Amino acid sequence: MLWRFHGGLKLAEHKHESNRLPSTPVRLPKTLTVPLHQHIGLPAEAIVQVGNHVLKGQRIADGVDHISAAVHAPSSGTVVAIEPRPIPHPSGLSALCVVIDTDGRDQWIDREACTNFLELDRREIIRKIHDAGIVGLGGAVFPTHAKVCCPVVPTELLIINGAECEPYISCDDRLMRERPAQIIEGINVLMHALGTERCIIGVEDNKQEAIDSLNQILMLMDEGERIQVRALPTLYPTGGERQLIRVLTGREVPKGGLPANIGIMCQNVGTAAAVYEAVVQGSPLISRMVTVTGAGVAVQQNVEALIGTPMIDLIDQCGGYEQGVAQLVMGGPMMGFALHRDDLPIVKSTNCVLAADKNELPTRPTPLPCIRCGECVKVCPAQLLPQQLYWYARAKDFEKVQEYKLDACIECGACAYVCPSQLPLVDYYRYAKSQIRAQARDRIKADQARQRHEARDARIAREAAEREARRNMKKAALNAVGDDADKDSKRAAVAAAVERARAKKAGQQADSPLNPSSEPAE
Amino acid sequence: MQFTPRNAPFLVGPNTVSALMRRVSLALVPGILAMFWYFGIGVLINLILAACAAMAFEALMLRLRGRPIAPAQGSGLNDGSALLTGLLLGLCLPPLAPWWIPVLGAFTALVLAKHLYGGLGFNPFNPAMIGYVVLLVSFPREMTQWLPVNDLLGQAPSLGDSLSWVFTGAQGLDAYTQATPLDHLKTELGLSRTVEEIISDPKFGGIGGTGWEWINLAYLLGGAYLIKSGDIDWRIPGGMLSGIAIMATLFVALDGDAYRGPAFHLFSGAAMLGAFFIATDPVSASTTPKGRIYYGLGIGVLVYLIRTWGGYPDGVAFAVLLMNIAAPTIDYYTQPRTFGEGDDLKGPGHD
Repeated sequence: MLWRFHGGLKLAEHKHESNRLPSTPVRLPKTLTVPLHQHIGLPAEAIVQVGNHVLKGQRIADGVDHISAAVHAPSSGTVVAIEPRPIPHPSGLSALCVVIDTDGRDQWIDREACTNFLELDRREIIRKIHDAGIVGLGGAVFPTHAKVCCPVVPTELLIINGAECEPYISCDDRLMRERPAQIIEGINVLMHALGTERCIIGVEDNKQEAIDSLNQILMLMDEGERIQVRALPTLYPTGGERQLIRVLTGREVPKGGLPANIGIMCQNVGTAAAVYEAVVQGSPLISRMVTVTGAGVAVQQNVEALIGTPMIDLIDQCGGYEQGVAQLVMGGPMMGFALHRDDLPIVKSTNCVLAADKNELPTRPTPLPCIRCGECVKVCPAQLLPQQLYWYARAKDFEKVQEYKLDACIECGACAYVCPSQLPLVDYYRYAKSQIRAQARDRIKADQARQRHEARDARIAREAAEREARRNMKKAALNAVGDDADKDSKRAAVAAAVERARAKKAGQQADSPLNPSSEPAE
Repeated sequence: MQFTPRNAPFLVGPNTVSALMRRVSLALVPGILAMFWYFGIGVLINLILAACAAMAFEALMLRLRGRPIAPAQGSGLNDGSALLTGLLLGLCLPPLAPWWIPVLGAFTALVLAKHLYGGLGFNPFNPAMIGYVVLLVSFPREMTQWLPVNDLLGQAPSLGDSLSWVFTGAQGLDAYTQATPLDHLKTELGLSRTVEEIISDPKFGGIGGTGWEWINLAYLLGGAYLIKSGDIDWRIPGGMLSGIAIMATLFVALDGDAYRGPAFHLFSGAAMLGAFFIATDPVSASTTPKGRIYYGLGIGVLVYLIRTWGGYPDGVAFAVLLMNIAAPTIDYYTQPRTFGEGDDLKGPGHD
């Protein structure tokens, strides 16, 4: 039985353009530019130096924290620079990269293969996944070891995401057709590590060849009991993690929670294949399947590209640009982001390079005002009211935006697609989200400042009380020894001293930069 | 190679405001034809005057507000919203009303109810209904002089007569005009006659008023097309027609002599035009799925109340405007459950 999620879109698929040809490896480039931050979490730290010779698969950067991932040399060669280089990122900014001049020998390190992973215990498997720098290859690039190592409740069900719901992209499709055995073995490794006995592979029904190829292997391996392939209705965004879980199980991941909260883990098919390569073959994640598509490129197909290969090399290998190429997008046309240049490196999250002409990704017409038609409400898979979110984001009323649950928005773009007023709705949501994040940061800072200030006030009060107590003690001692005659003069002298001290203190406080009036505004 | 990046999503759907307005205007055609059939040339004169005046006032206001009048295909005057407002207003007016009635109505709708509030997307009230109500309240005589349907009219007024009544205010129209079925029912019920007696009048047809039932059916046809094309949500007309039907059923069950049943009310006056074309104006209506049902129900109940006990024979315009006021509050209290929230996170699909 399959369930359905609210809304969604039927989009022109544009998968046939790229999924007919078998994948080919991309020629070894002269220079590989390997960014150190290709995952969610902290950037990895380089452990090689300029001038070092590195081998293919050698670790060149270590994850610095639990949520971080190692980075490896995609081929053998010499490290010529460790410096900021432009990377594919929506900001268009540069980030630290290890630049390797390849030597053409493509010489591997000694790999530690494993003939029977069932002998490995959970911990060893997670270590191997960690050491191989595997991250979620569906696009979110969350470090896989961190996901597998510590689910909050035991994983009852492993879901493998082969939905690939975005138009144009076909890398998972080709992977499922060409390497089903690797995917199934990777799933077996993951199930062994998780102690899970049930796995469903969800594939949209526009990929019948992929479904057949997986089923064939499952039959050969006699795994049909534990691992099932389910054909899902083709509906964008079925491949969204929460939507996929909903479709396959009828359950909803609690808002603000993770699939792990309900005993489910999702992994992309590419990730499963990478786990196989890491644990069974001992190969780290140094390449991935990339769809090169769009009317702006001569031959639309999938390629196996080394991480760090310039995108233009992929385009060249696919016959170069066609006349009229207008836009270069990394990812799909709904959730990808546009690139300003084509010499950027392939990274672990590059599932698709879309070189589009003017007609297939037309410029958004000038927006009209929102007419509150509610088309966006119909298609929103998060069951939000996009028109209200737009209204409040536009008014910069971020409290209201949060009240209308902006945090549940997955930025799938369905609302902007159907909007008859052509409003760039997702831009407004991204803007509101960034403002809310900035406000939260400011609030934390303000809270810390207030805490520091209150602690200081408390300390000053405590010190004053202590001084007062000491003085009272002294006074009592003096009173006890002194005779009645000079009691009065002594009392006057004490009073004068107290007065002086008070005046001095008042003066100090007025000068103090941490005067109460300087308390930061919230 | 360098590119100029834009933001995702890069795909743009086929729907546009102007296409939406065009489809809604197109869906009015069966109703327009039916009205033309029963009331003659006066219907078309009203439509042409109201539509032209609406477009002219839209252009004037865009100019006064410093907005481009027709900046691109599908925006400004080309968005089709002014034309639709004009058509809806024109359809509400008595055929052969003096020419300044549609023009003044279009002025109120476009200038006062639409552009003074900020133009397209910002009007809290349905502009066509504001235009209609201002006319109804200010010029009750002109606004209640309806022609009878042609079946009841011995000889239809000639084109020359029609034009001279509309444009020169020549005398003689009074000889033709009669109370509408709804108006007649109200007056006669006020005189303590029973429904049975009243509907023996030839004004009343099989279901609604003679002719009016076919006009309502034609609007229903257009409305069905709009629901099928996805341009309007079934919840608003569904709610409104249910509201009318529920009230009518309730009262006819209480006293069959003093009230008429649901079929009459659903196929009389502006019931279908209101349900599918007026209450569904997206800008001033409720936008949440549940809210639209309540909004429609509210209009239906108010229509019945006004028809039965109010000061006017039909109540669609007042009912819609009253519920326009309530729409923001309804929306606030009918927010849908967000995905992944609430107790019922497990279970079959829901919409």
